[in-house]
Amino acid sequence: MSDILSLTAVELGKAIKAGTYTAVDAMKAVIEQIEKCEETVHAYVTIDKEAALAKAAEAQKKIEAGELTGPLAGVPVAIKDNMCTEGMLTTCSSKILSNFVPTFSSEAVINLEKAGAVVIGKTNMDEFAMGSTTETSYYGVTRNPRNPEHVPGGSSGGSAAAVAAQECFFALGSDTGGSIRQPASYCGVVGLKPTYGTVSRYGLIAYGSSLDQIGPLCKDVTDCATILETIASHDPKDSTSMKREDTDFTSALVKDVKGMKIGIPKSYFGEGLQEDVKEAVLAVAEKLKELGAEVEEFDLDHVKYAIPTYYTIADAEASSNLERFDGVKYGYRAEDADELHRMYKKTRSEGFGPEVKRRIMLGSFVLSSGYYDAYYLKALRVKALIKKAFDDAFAKYDIILGPVAPTTAPKLGCSLSNPMQMYLGDIYTISVNLAGLPGISVPCGTDKNGLPIGVQMIGDCFAEKKLIRAAYTYEQAAKEV
Amino acid sequence: MANVISDETIDYVGILAKLDLNVEEKEQAKKDLAEMLDYIDELGELDTTGVEPMSHVFPVHNVFREDVVVNGDDSENILKNAPGEKDNMFLVPKTFD
Repeated sequence: MSDILSLTAVELGKAIKAGTYTAVDAMKAVIEQIEKCEETVHAYVTIDKEAALAKAAEAQKKIEAGELTGPLAGVPVAIKDNMCTEGMLTTCSSKILSNFVPTFSSEAVINLEKAGAVVIGKTNMDEFAMGSTTETSYYGVTRNPRNPEHVPGGSSGGSAAAVAAQECFFALGSDTGGSIRQPASYCGVVGLKPTYGTVSRYGLIAYGSSLDQIGPLCKDVTDCATILETIASHDPKDSTSMKREDTDFTSALVKDVKGMKIGIPKSYFGEGLQEDVKEAVLAVAEKLKELGAEVEEFDLDHVKYAIPTYYTIADAEASSNLERFDGVKYGYRAEDADELHRMYKKTRSEGFGPEVKRRIMLGSFVLSSGYYDAYYLKALRVKALIKKAFDDAFAKYDIILGPVAPTTAPKLGCSLSNPMQMYLGDIYTISVNLAGLPGISVPCGTDKNGLPIGVQMIGDCFAEKKLIRAAYTYEQAAKEV
Repeated sequence: MANVISDETIDYVGILAKLDLNVEEKEQAKKDLAEMLDYIDELGELDTTGVEPMSHVFPVHNVFREDVVVNGDDSENILKNAPGEKDNMFLVPKTFD
Protein backbone atom coordinates (compact mmCIF):
# COMPACT_ATOMS: atom_id res chain seq x y z
CA MET A 1 0.00 0.00 0.00
CA SER A 2 2.81 2.43 0.79
CA ASP A 3 4.06 2.64 -2.79
CA ILE A 4 0.64 3.65 -4.08
CA LEU A 5 1.51 7.20 -3.00
CA SER A 6 4.51 7.36 -5.29
CA LEU A 7 2.33 6.81 -8.38
CA THR A 8 1.53 9.78 -10.60
CA ALA A 9 -2.14 10.66 -11.12
CA VAL A 10 -2.20 9.00 -14.53
CA GLU A 11 -0.41 5.88 -13.23
CA LEU A 12 -2.92 5.65 -10.39
CA GLY A 13 -5.84 6.06 -12.79
CA LYS A 14 -4.46 3.14 -14.83
CA ALA A 15 -3.92 0.99 -11.74
CA ILE A 16 -7.50 1.63 -10.61
CA LYS A 17 -8.79 0.74 -14.05
CA ALA A 18 -6.71 -2.44 -14.04
CA GLY A 19 -8.09 -3.38 -10.63
CA THR A 20 -4.72 -3.24 -8.85
CA TYR A 21 -6.12 -0.62 -6.50
CA THR A 22 -9.55 0.87 -5.90
CA ALA A 23 -10.41 4.56 -5.63
CA VAL A 24 -11.06 3.90 -1.94
CA ASP A 25 -7.56 2.40 -1.48
CA ALA A 26 -6.13 5.57 -3.02
CA MET A 27 -8.19 7.85 -0.78
CA LYS A 28 -7.32 5.84 2.33
CA ALA A 29 -3.62 6.04 1.47
CA VAL A 30 -3.88 9.79 0.98
CA ILE A 31 -5.74 10.30 4.26
CA GLU A 32 -3.14 8.22 6.09
CA GLN A 33 -0.41 10.38 4.57
CA ILE A 34 -2.30 13.54 5.56
CA GLU A 35 -2.52 12.31 9.14
CA LYS A 36 1.21 11.71 9.09
CA CYS A 37 2.33 14.97 7.45
CA GLU A 38 -0.21 17.67 8.16
CA GLU A 39 1.13 18.57 11.55
CA THR A 40 4.37 19.67 9.92
CA VAL A 41 3.28 20.72 6.44
CA HIS A 42 -0.20 22.19 6.99
CA ALA A 43 -1.11 22.13 3.31
CA TYR A 44 -4.85 22.04 3.90
CA VAL A 45 -7.38 24.46 5.36
CA THR A 46 -10.29 22.02 5.15
CA ILE A 47 -10.37 18.25 4.86
CA ASP A 48 -13.59 16.24 4.87
CA LYS A 49 -12.34 12.66 5.26
CA GLU A 50 -15.72 10.96 5.46
CA ALA A 51 -17.15 12.77 2.46
CA ALA A 52 -13.95 12.06 0.51
CA LEU A 53 -14.14 8.34 1.29
CA ALA A 54 -17.85 8.24 0.38
CA LYS A 55 -17.20 10.01 -2.90
CA ALA A 56 -14.28 7.65 -3.62
CA ALA A 57 -16.58 4.65 -3.08
CA GLU A 58 -19.12 6.21 -5.43
CA ALA A 59 -16.45 6.80 -8.08
CA GLN A 60 -15.26 3.21 -7.71
CA LYS A 61 -18.78 1.93 -8.38
CA LYS A 62 -19.04 4.04 -11.52
CA ILE A 63 -15.62 2.86 -12.69
CA GLU A 64 -16.64 -0.76 -12.22
CA ALA A 65 -19.92 -0.10 -14.02
CA GLY A 66 -17.98 1.35 -16.94
CA GLU A 67 -19.53 4.80 -16.50
CA LEU A 68 -16.22 6.48 -15.68
CA THR A 69 -13.43 5.62 -18.10
CA GLY A 70 -11.21 8.72 -18.11
CA PRO A 71 -7.56 8.80 -16.98
CA LEU A 72 -8.33 10.63 -13.73
CA ALA A 73 -11.25 8.46 -12.60
CA GLY A 74 -10.91 7.66 -8.90
CA VAL A 75 -7.85 9.88 -8.40
CA PRO A 76 -7.81 12.06 -5.22
CA VAL A 77 -7.34 15.77 -5.89
CA ALA A 78 -6.80 18.82 -3.66
CA ILE A 79 -8.37 22.17 -4.56
CA LYS A 80 -6.96 25.59 -3.74
CA ASP A 81 -9.26 27.32 -1.28
CA ASN A 82 -10.22 30.15 -3.65
CA MET A 83 -12.29 27.83 -5.85
CA CYS A 84 -15.88 27.34 -4.79
CA THR A 85 -16.84 23.79 -3.85
CA GLU A 86 -20.52 23.10 -3.26
CA GLY A 87 -21.20 22.27 0.38
CA MET A 88 -17.52 22.55 1.37
CA LEU A 89 -16.06 25.51 3.24
CA THR A 90 -14.25 27.94 0.91
CA THR A 91 -12.26 30.57 2.81
CA CYS A 92 -9.68 32.06 0.44
CA SER A 93 -7.52 31.68 3.56
CA SER A 94 -9.21 34.81 4.89
CA LYS A 95 -11.06 35.56 8.10
CA ILE A 96 -13.71 37.36 6.08
CA LEU A 97 -14.80 34.08 4.46
CA SER A 98 -14.22 31.92 7.52
CA ASN A 99 -17.78 30.53 7.41
CA PHE A 100 -18.58 30.60 3.68
CA VAL A 101 -20.07 27.40 2.25
CA PRO A 102 -20.71 27.85 -1.49
CA THR A 103 -23.97 26.69 -3.04
CA PHE A 104 -22.21 25.79 -6.28
CA SER A 105 -18.85 24.50 -7.52
CA SER A 106 -16.42 26.23 -9.83
CA GLU A 107 -16.46 25.00 -13.41
CA ALA A 108 -12.92 23.56 -13.22
CA VAL A 109 -13.91 21.46 -10.19
CA ILE A 110 -17.09 20.31 -11.93
CA ASN A 111 -15.01 19.26 -14.95
CA LEU A 112 -12.72 17.23 -12.68
CA GLU A 113 -15.62 15.61 -10.85
CA LYS A 114 -17.29 14.69 -14.13
CA ALA A 115 -14.05 12.92 -15.03
CA GLY A 116 -14.25 10.99 -11.77
CA ALA A 117 -11.52 12.74 -9.77
CA VAL A 118 -12.36 12.85 -6.05
CA VAL A 119 -11.92 16.05 -4.01
CA ILE A 120 -10.11 15.52 -0.68
CA GLY A 121 -10.22 19.06 0.62
CA LYS A 122 -9.11 22.64 0.22
CA THR A 123 -5.53 23.83 0.27
CA ASN A 124 -3.98 26.75 2.09
CA MET A 125 -2.94 29.87 0.21
CA ASP A 126 -1.95 33.48 0.70
CA GLU A 127 -5.07 35.39 1.74
CA PHE A 128 -7.05 36.08 -1.46
CA ALA A 129 -3.98 34.84 -3.40
CA MET A 130 -2.06 37.97 -2.44
CA GLY A 131 1.44 36.90 -1.57
CA SER A 132 4.34 34.74 -2.66
CA THR A 133 4.91 32.57 0.41
CA THR A 134 1.53 31.33 1.79
CA GLU A 135 2.44 33.22 4.97
CA THR A 136 -0.43 35.73 4.68
CA SER A 137 -3.02 32.99 5.27
CA TYR A 138 -5.33 33.68 8.23
CA TYR A 139 -5.07 29.97 9.07
CA GLY A 140 -1.33 29.75 9.60
CA VAL A 141 1.64 29.08 7.35
CA THR A 142 2.25 26.08 5.13
CA ARG A 143 5.74 24.58 5.28
CA ASN A 144 7.78 23.33 2.36
CA PRO A 145 7.79 19.50 2.49
CA ARG A 146 11.32 19.46 1.00
CA ASN A 147 12.54 21.45 4.00
CA PRO A 148 10.03 22.58 6.64
CA GLU A 149 12.12 25.60 7.63
CA HIS A 150 11.33 27.11 4.25
CA VAL A 151 8.18 28.47 2.65
CA PRO A 152 6.40 26.48 -0.06
CA GLY A 153 5.99 29.61 -2.19
CA GLY A 154 2.66 31.11 -3.04
CA SER A 155 0.05 31.90 -3.44
CA SER A 156 -0.87 28.27 -4.29
CA GLY A 157 1.58 27.06 -1.62
CA GLY A 158 -0.82 24.58 -0.05
CA SER A 159 -1.50 22.92 -3.40
CA ALA A 160 2.20 22.63 -4.27
CA ALA A 161 3.06 21.34 -0.79
CA ALA A 162 0.20 18.80 -0.84
CA VAL A 163 1.52 17.36 -4.12
CA ALA A 164 5.14 17.35 -2.92
CA ALA A 165 4.21 15.69 0.41
CA GLN A 166 2.07 13.09 -1.41
CA GLU A 167 -0.98 14.35 0.46
CA CYS A 168 -2.86 14.21 -2.84
CA PHE A 169 -2.14 12.90 -6.34
CA PHE A 170 -2.56 16.30 -7.94
CA ALA A 171 -3.99 19.70 -7.13
CA LEU A 172 -5.54 22.75 -8.72
CA GLY A 173 -4.05 26.16 -8.16
CA SER A 174 -4.61 29.61 -9.57
CA ASP A 175 -2.01 31.93 -11.08
CA THR A 176 -2.39 35.72 -11.20
CA GLY A 177 1.30 36.66 -11.19
CA GLY A 178 3.11 33.35 -10.78
CA SER A 179 1.02 31.72 -8.07
CA ILE A 180 1.12 28.25 -9.67
CA ARG A 181 4.58 28.30 -11.24
CA GLN A 182 6.56 29.73 -8.31
CA PRO A 183 5.29 27.32 -5.59
CA ALA A 184 5.68 24.45 -8.08
CA SER A 185 9.31 25.51 -8.49
CA TYR A 186 9.90 25.89 -4.73
CA CYS A 187 8.36 22.48 -3.95
CA GLY A 188 9.84 20.56 -6.87
CA VAL A 189 6.61 19.73 -8.72
CA VAL A 190 5.22 20.58 -12.16
CA GLY A 191 2.85 23.54 -12.48
CA LEU A 192 1.21 25.15 -15.49
CA LYS A 193 -0.59 28.41 -16.01
CA PRO A 194 -2.68 28.11 -19.18
CA THR A 195 -3.36 30.79 -21.78
CA TYR A 196 -5.87 33.31 -20.39
CA GLY A 197 -9.39 32.05 -21.09
CA THR A 198 -8.49 28.35 -21.43
CA VAL A 199 -9.94 27.28 -18.07
CA SER A 200 -13.21 28.85 -16.93
CA ARG A 201 -12.89 31.26 -14.00
CA TYR A 202 -16.51 30.64 -12.98
CA GLY A 203 -16.46 29.96 -9.25
CA LEU A 204 -12.88 31.14 -8.82
CA ILE A 205 -13.00 33.95 -6.25
CA ALA A 206 -11.55 36.82 -8.25
CA TYR A 207 -8.34 38.67 -7.42
CA GLY A 208 -7.18 40.25 -10.69
CA SER A 209 -9.80 39.13 -13.18
CA SER A 210 -7.82 40.01 -16.31
CA LEU A 211 -4.85 37.96 -15.04
CA ASP A 212 -6.30 35.01 -13.07
CA GLN A 213 -6.11 31.50 -14.53
CA ILE A 214 -6.65 28.09 -12.94
CA GLY A 215 -4.13 25.36 -13.67
CA PRO A 216 -2.64 22.07 -12.46
CA LEU A 217 0.07 21.33 -9.89
CA CYS A 218 1.23 17.76 -10.29
CA LYS A 219 4.00 15.19 -10.28
CA ASP A 220 5.01 15.15 -13.93
CA VAL A 221 4.36 16.58 -17.38
CA THR A 222 2.09 13.69 -18.41
CA ASP A 223 -0.19 14.43 -15.45
CA CYS A 224 -0.03 18.11 -16.32
CA ALA A 225 -1.24 17.60 -19.90
CA THR A 226 -3.92 15.16 -18.77
CA ILE A 227 -5.31 17.46 -16.07
CA LEU A 228 -5.27 20.49 -18.35
CA GLU A 229 -7.14 18.52 -21.01
CA THR A 230 -9.78 17.70 -18.38
CA ILE A 231 -10.29 21.17 -16.91
CA ALA A 232 -10.10 23.24 -20.12
CA SER A 233 -13.53 24.13 -21.44
CA HIS A 234 -15.46 26.91 -23.07
CA ASP A 235 -17.91 28.19 -20.49
CA PRO A 236 -20.68 30.69 -21.32
CA LYS A 237 -20.74 31.58 -17.60
CA ASP A 238 -17.27 33.16 -17.96
CA SER A 239 -17.39 35.81 -20.67
CA THR A 240 -13.59 35.74 -21.01
CA SER A 241 -13.57 32.00 -21.64
CA MET A 242 -12.16 31.11 -25.09
CA LYS A 243 -13.57 28.58 -27.51
CA ARG A 244 -10.57 26.39 -28.26
CA GLU A 245 -10.57 23.36 -30.52
CA ASP A 246 -7.02 22.28 -29.65
CA THR A 247 -7.44 21.09 -26.06
CA ASP A 248 -6.17 17.54 -26.75
CA PHE A 249 -3.02 18.45 -24.80
CA THR A 250 -1.91 14.86 -24.20
CA SER A 251 -1.25 14.54 -27.95
CA ALA A 252 1.77 16.81 -27.31
CA LEU A 253 3.47 14.30 -24.98
CA VAL A 254 6.10 13.61 -27.59
CA LYS A 255 9.80 13.32 -26.93
CA ASP A 256 11.11 15.46 -29.74
CA VAL A 257 12.39 19.03 -29.87
CA LYS A 258 14.27 18.82 -33.15
CA GLY A 259 14.17 22.17 -34.87
CA MET A 260 12.32 23.83 -31.99
CA LYS A 261 13.49 27.42 -31.58
CA ILE A 262 14.14 28.42 -27.98
CA GLY A 263 14.84 32.00 -26.95
CA ILE A 264 16.65 32.90 -23.74
CA PRO A 265 16.06 36.48 -22.57
CA LYS A 266 19.46 37.89 -21.54
CA SER A 267 17.87 40.13 -18.93
CA TYR A 268 16.47 37.09 -17.09
CA PHE A 269 20.00 36.06 -16.14
CA GLY A 270 21.32 39.30 -14.69
CA GLU A 271 21.78 40.66 -11.22
CA GLY A 272 19.82 39.09 -8.37
CA LEU A 273 19.65 35.59 -9.82
CA GLN A 274 21.00 32.91 -7.47
CA GLU A 275 24.05 31.29 -9.06
CA ASP A 276 22.97 27.65 -8.80
CA VAL A 277 19.50 28.53 -10.13
CA LYS A 278 21.16 30.11 -13.13
CA GLU A 279 23.36 27.06 -13.73
CA ALA A 280 20.47 24.60 -13.41
CA VAL A 281 18.26 26.56 -15.81
CA LEU A 282 21.00 26.98 -18.40
CA ALA A 283 21.72 23.26 -18.15
CA VAL A 284 18.13 22.61 -19.30
CA ALA A 285 18.72 24.82 -22.34
CA GLU A 286 21.92 22.90 -23.03
CA LYS A 287 20.09 19.58 -22.74
CA LEU A 288 17.37 20.65 -25.16
CA LYS A 289 20.07 21.85 -27.55
CA GLU A 290 21.70 18.44 -27.44
CA LEU A 291 18.34 16.96 -28.32
CA GLY A 292 18.05 19.07 -31.43
CA ALA A 293 16.54 22.39 -30.39
CA GLU A 294 18.01 25.66 -31.60
CA VAL A 295 18.83 27.81 -28.59
CA GLU A 296 19.61 31.52 -28.83
CA GLU A 297 19.91 34.46 -26.47
CA PHE A 298 17.90 37.59 -27.22
CA ASP A 299 16.82 40.92 -25.76
CA LEU A 300 13.30 40.92 -24.39
CA ASP A 301 12.08 44.50 -24.03
CA HIS A 302 10.41 46.13 -21.03
CA VAL A 303 11.18 43.36 -18.49
CA LYS A 304 11.83 45.83 -15.66
CA TYR A 305 8.43 47.49 -16.14
CA ALA A 306 6.42 44.31 -15.64
CA ILE A 307 6.27 44.49 -11.83
CA PRO A 308 5.03 48.09 -11.47
CA THR A 309 2.55 47.47 -14.30
CA TYR A 310 1.31 44.30 -12.65
CA TYR A 311 0.83 45.72 -9.18
CA THR A 312 -1.06 48.70 -10.59
CA ILE A 313 -3.45 46.56 -12.63
CA ALA A 314 -3.83 43.64 -10.21
CA ASP A 315 -4.43 45.89 -7.19
CA ALA A 316 -6.89 48.05 -9.11
CA GLU A 317 -8.89 44.97 -10.07
CA ALA A 318 -8.58 43.57 -6.54
CA SER A 319 -9.93 46.76 -4.98
CA SER A 320 -12.99 46.42 -7.18
CA ASN A 321 -13.39 42.63 -6.88
CA LEU A 322 -13.06 42.60 -3.10
CA GLU A 323 -15.73 45.26 -2.63
CA ARG A 324 -18.28 42.44 -2.47
CA PHE A 325 -16.99 41.37 0.95
CA ASP A 326 -19.03 43.70 3.09
CA GLY A 327 -20.73 41.49 5.68
CA VAL A 328 -24.12 41.42 3.97
CA LYS A 329 -24.48 38.31 1.84
CA TYR A 330 -21.90 35.87 3.21
CA GLY A 331 -18.87 35.55 5.42
CA TYR A 332 -17.81 37.42 8.51
CA ARG A 333 -19.79 40.39 9.86
CA ALA A 334 -18.39 42.67 12.59
CA GLU A 335 -20.48 42.89 15.69
CA ASP A 336 -21.66 46.09 17.35
CA ALA A 337 -21.99 48.17 14.20
CA ASP A 338 -25.31 49.94 14.45
CA GLU A 339 -25.37 51.55 11.04
CA LEU A 340 -24.91 50.02 7.58
CA HIS A 341 -21.90 51.98 6.39
CA ARG A 342 -20.09 51.55 9.70
CA MET A 343 -20.84 47.82 9.47
CA TYR A 344 -19.20 47.64 6.02
CA LYS A 345 -16.05 49.38 7.21
CA LYS A 346 -15.77 47.52 10.50
CA THR A 347 -16.36 44.15 8.84
CA ARG A 348 -13.73 44.76 6.17
CA SER A 349 -11.20 46.24 8.59
CA GLU A 350 -11.52 43.25 10.91
CA GLY A 351 -11.93 40.65 8.16
CA PHE A 352 -8.98 41.43 5.85
CA GLY A 353 -5.31 40.95 6.73
CA PRO A 354 -2.56 43.57 6.23
CA GLU A 355 -1.41 42.49 2.73
CA VAL A 356 -4.98 42.49 1.39
CA LYS A 357 -5.63 45.93 2.90
CA ARG A 358 -2.37 47.22 1.41
CA ARG A 359 -3.41 46.11 -2.07
CA ILE A 360 -6.99 47.39 -1.76
CA MET A 361 -5.60 50.79 -0.69
CA LEU A 362 -3.19 51.00 -3.62
CA GLY A 363 -5.86 49.78 -6.02
CA SER A 364 -8.39 52.31 -4.76
CA PHE A 365 -5.80 55.06 -5.10
CA VAL A 366 -4.78 54.30 -8.71
CA LEU A 367 -8.44 54.18 -9.75
CA SER A 368 -9.41 57.41 -7.98
CA SER A 369 -10.25 60.47 -10.02
CA GLY A 370 -7.18 62.55 -10.67
CA TYR A 371 -4.87 59.52 -10.63
CA TYR A 372 -6.71 57.12 -12.93
CA ASP A 373 -5.00 58.35 -16.12
CA ALA A 374 -1.56 58.76 -14.61
CA TYR A 375 -1.45 55.32 -12.99
CA TYR A 376 -4.12 52.88 -14.13
CA LEU A 377 -4.36 53.89 -17.79
CA LYS A 378 -0.59 54.30 -17.98
CA ALA A 379 -0.18 50.72 -16.74
CA LEU A 380 -2.64 49.46 -19.35
CA ARG A 381 -0.60 51.21 -22.04
CA VAL A 382 2.62 49.63 -20.78
CA LYS A 383 0.84 46.29 -20.71
CA ALA A 384 0.25 46.73 -24.47
CA LEU A 385 3.99 47.33 -24.92
CA ILE A 386 4.86 44.23 -22.88
CA LYS A 387 2.46 42.15 -24.97
CA LYS A 388 4.09 43.56 -28.13
CA ALA A 389 7.55 42.61 -26.84
CA PHE A 390 6.37 39.01 -26.45
CA ASP A 391 4.70 39.08 -29.89
CA ASP A 392 8.04 40.11 -31.39
CA ALA A 393 9.82 37.33 -29.49
CA PHE A 394 7.36 34.66 -30.59
CA ALA A 395 7.78 35.74 -34.20
CA LYS A 396 11.29 34.28 -33.81
CA TYR A 397 10.97 31.58 -31.14
CA ASP A 398 8.65 28.69 -30.31
CA ILE A 399 9.25 29.01 -26.61
CA ILE A 400 11.09 31.27 -24.17
CA LEU A 401 13.12 29.59 -21.45
CA GLY A 402 14.27 31.06 -18.14
CA PRO A 403 14.10 30.75 -14.37
CA VAL A 404 10.79 30.75 -12.48
CA ALA A 405 12.09 32.79 -9.55
CA PRO A 406 15.41 34.48 -8.76
CA THR A 407 16.06 32.22 -5.78
CA THR A 408 14.97 28.92 -4.28
CA ALA A 409 12.44 28.91 -1.41
CA PRO A 410 13.30 31.48 1.28
CA LYS A 411 13.12 30.64 4.98
CA LEU A 412 9.85 31.15 6.80
CA GLY A 413 9.47 34.60 8.30
CA CYS A 414 11.91 36.42 6.03
CA SER A 415 9.62 37.83 3.35
CA LEU A 416 6.65 39.73 4.76
CA SER A 417 8.57 42.48 6.52
CA ASN A 418 9.56 43.95 3.17
CA PRO A 419 6.68 43.72 0.67
CA MET A 420 8.59 45.55 -2.08
CA GLN A 421 11.39 42.99 -1.89
CA MET A 422 8.82 40.18 -2.06
CA TYR A 423 7.18 41.74 -5.12
CA LEU A 424 10.55 41.83 -6.92
CA GLY A 425 10.69 38.03 -6.71
CA ASP A 426 7.83 37.91 -9.23
CA ILE A 427 9.98 39.36 -12.02
CA TYR A 428 10.07 36.26 -14.27
CA THR A 429 6.50 35.09 -13.84
CA ILE A 430 4.44 38.26 -13.82
CA SER A 431 4.75 39.43 -17.43
CA VAL A 432 3.32 36.08 -18.57
CA ASN A 433 0.02 36.97 -16.86
CA LEU A 434 0.03 40.50 -18.26
CA ALA A 435 0.40 39.11 -21.78
CA GLY A 436 -2.09 36.25 -21.20
CA LEU A 437 0.53 33.62 -22.11
CA PRO A 438 0.90 30.02 -20.98
CA GLY A 439 3.86 29.13 -18.76
CA ILE A 440 5.06 25.91 -17.19
CA SER A 441 7.44 25.25 -14.30
CA VAL A 442 9.35 21.97 -14.40
CA PRO A 443 11.79 20.72 -11.71
CA CYS A 444 15.40 20.89 -12.91
CA GLY A 445 17.57 20.08 -9.92
CA THR A 446 18.35 21.42 -6.48
CA ASP A 447 20.52 24.16 -5.04
CA LYS A 448 23.47 23.61 -2.70
CA ASN A 449 21.07 23.26 0.24
CA GLY A 450 18.96 20.63 -1.49
CA LEU A 451 16.05 22.96 -2.27
CA PRO A 452 14.28 22.40 -5.60
CA ILE A 453 14.87 24.62 -8.63
CA GLY A 454 12.35 25.05 -11.44
CA VAL A 455 12.83 26.00 -15.07
CA GLN A 456 10.13 28.10 -16.70
CA MET A 457 9.05 27.69 -20.30
CA ILE A 458 6.79 30.35 -21.77
CA GLY A 459 4.76 29.93 -24.93
CA ASP A 460 2.79 32.18 -27.23
CA CYS A 461 -0.96 32.38 -26.63
CA PHE A 462 -2.56 28.98 -27.26
CA ALA A 463 0.86 27.29 -27.62
CA GLU A 464 0.55 25.00 -24.57
CA LYS A 465 1.35 22.04 -26.79
CA LYS A 466 4.81 23.40 -27.57
CA LEU A 467 5.42 23.87 -23.84
CA ILE A 468 4.23 20.37 -23.05
CA ARG A 469 6.39 18.87 -25.81
CA ALA A 470 9.53 20.72 -24.68
CA ALA A 471 8.86 20.03 -20.99
CA TYR A 472 8.12 16.36 -21.63
CA THR A 473 11.24 15.96 -23.75
CA TYR A 474 13.41 17.49 -21.04
CA GLU A 475 11.75 15.45 -18.28
CA GLN A 476 12.22 12.17 -20.12
CA ALA A 477 15.83 12.99 -21.00
CA ALA A 478 16.58 13.99 -17.40
CA LYS A 479 15.23 10.63 -16.21
CA GLU A 480 17.69 8.77 -18.43
CA VAL A 481 20.76 10.28 -16.79
CA MET B 1 10.79 59.32 -1.27
CA ALA B 2 9.43 61.42 -4.09
CA ASN B 3 5.78 60.76 -3.29
CA VAL B 4 4.39 62.07 -0.02
CA ILE B 5 0.93 60.92 0.98
CA SER B 6 -0.99 63.38 3.13
CA ASP B 7 -3.41 62.51 5.91
CA GLU B 8 -6.24 63.84 3.74
CA THR B 9 -5.30 61.51 0.90
CA ILE B 10 -5.07 58.45 3.09
CA ASP B 11 -8.43 59.28 4.67
CA TYR B 12 -9.97 59.73 1.24
CA VAL B 13 -8.54 56.42 -0.03
CA GLY B 14 -9.83 54.78 3.16
CA ILE B 15 -13.33 55.97 2.26
CA LEU B 16 -13.02 54.60 -1.27
CA ALA B 17 -11.63 51.31 0.03
CA LYS B 18 -14.23 51.11 2.83
CA LEU B 19 -11.49 50.48 5.36
CA ASP B 20 -11.10 51.98 8.83
CA LEU B 21 -7.41 52.22 9.54
CA ASN B 22 -6.15 52.94 13.05
CA VAL B 23 -3.43 55.52 13.61
CA GLU B 24 -0.65 53.00 13.29
CA GLU B 25 -2.10 51.40 10.15
CA LYS B 26 -2.57 54.83 8.62
CA GLU B 27 1.08 55.76 9.08
CA GLN B 28 2.14 52.41 7.61
CA ALA B 29 -0.28 52.84 4.69
CA LYS B 30 1.14 56.30 3.93
CA LYS B 31 4.62 54.87 3.82
CA ASP B 32 3.65 51.77 1.78
CA LEU B 33 1.62 53.75 -0.71
CA ALA B 34 4.38 56.31 -1.22
CA GLU B 35 6.97 53.58 -1.71
CA MET B 36 4.84 51.73 -4.26
CA LEU B 37 4.02 54.94 -6.15
CA ASP B 38 7.71 55.82 -6.34
CA TYR B 39 8.26 52.47 -7.90
CA ILE B 40 5.27 52.70 -10.25
CA ASP B 41 6.50 56.14 -11.34
CA GLU B 42 9.27 54.31 -13.23
CA LEU B 43 6.64 53.66 -15.88
CA GLY B 44 6.93 57.37 -16.67
CA GLU B 45 10.28 56.60 -18.34
CA LEU B 46 8.39 54.86 -21.13
CA ASP B 47 6.90 56.92 -23.91
CA THR B 48 3.41 55.54 -24.42
CA THR B 49 2.14 58.28 -26.71
CA GLY B 50 -0.28 56.76 -29.17
CA VAL B 51 -0.38 53.40 -27.38
CA GLU B 52 -3.94 52.25 -26.71
CA PRO B 53 -4.58 51.04 -23.14
CA MET B 54 -4.94 47.26 -23.28
CA SER B 55 -7.52 45.85 -20.89
CA HIS B 56 -7.93 42.49 -22.60
CA VAL B 57 -5.10 40.66 -24.36
CA PHE B 58 -7.40 39.13 -26.96
CA PRO B 59 -9.74 41.04 -29.26
CA VAL B 60 -12.76 39.93 -27.25
CA HIS B 61 -15.25 42.69 -26.61
CA ASN B 62 -18.80 42.49 -25.41
CA VAL B 63 -19.94 38.91 -25.04
CA PHE B 64 -23.70 38.67 -25.11
CA ARG B 65 -26.07 35.88 -24.23
CA GLU B 66 -29.82 35.53 -24.37
CA ASP B 67 -31.51 37.02 -21.33
CA VAL B 68 -32.95 33.74 -20.12
CA VAL B 69 -32.96 32.45 -16.56
CA VAL B 70 -31.18 29.10 -16.47
CA ASN B 71 -30.69 28.60 -12.72
CA GLY B 72 -33.48 27.86 -10.28
CA ASP B 73 -34.46 29.66 -7.09
CA ASP B 74 -31.74 28.82 -4.60
CA SER B 75 -32.53 31.61 -2.17
CA GLU B 76 -32.93 29.32 0.82
CA ASN B 77 -29.43 27.89 0.42
CA ILE B 78 -27.93 31.25 -0.46
CA LEU B 79 -29.39 32.85 2.65
CA LYS B 80 -27.80 30.17 4.80
CA ASN B 81 -24.53 32.04 4.27
CA ALA B 82 -25.98 35.40 5.24
CA PRO B 83 -24.86 36.89 8.57
CA GLY B 84 -28.38 38.23 8.98
CA GLU B 85 -31.64 36.98 7.45
CA LYS B 86 -35.31 37.83 7.81
CA ASP B 87 -38.34 36.83 5.72
CA ASN B 88 -36.20 35.40 2.90
CA MET B 89 -34.17 38.62 2.68
CA PHE B 90 -30.72 39.81 3.78
CA LEU B 91 -30.94 41.61 7.09
CA VAL B 92 -28.62 44.61 7.60
CA PRO B 93 -28.23 47.26 10.31
CA LYS B 94 -30.31 50.41 9.87
CA THR B 95 -29.35 52.51 6.87
CA PHE B 96 -30.71 55.89 8.08
CA ASP B 97 -32.21 57.43 11.17
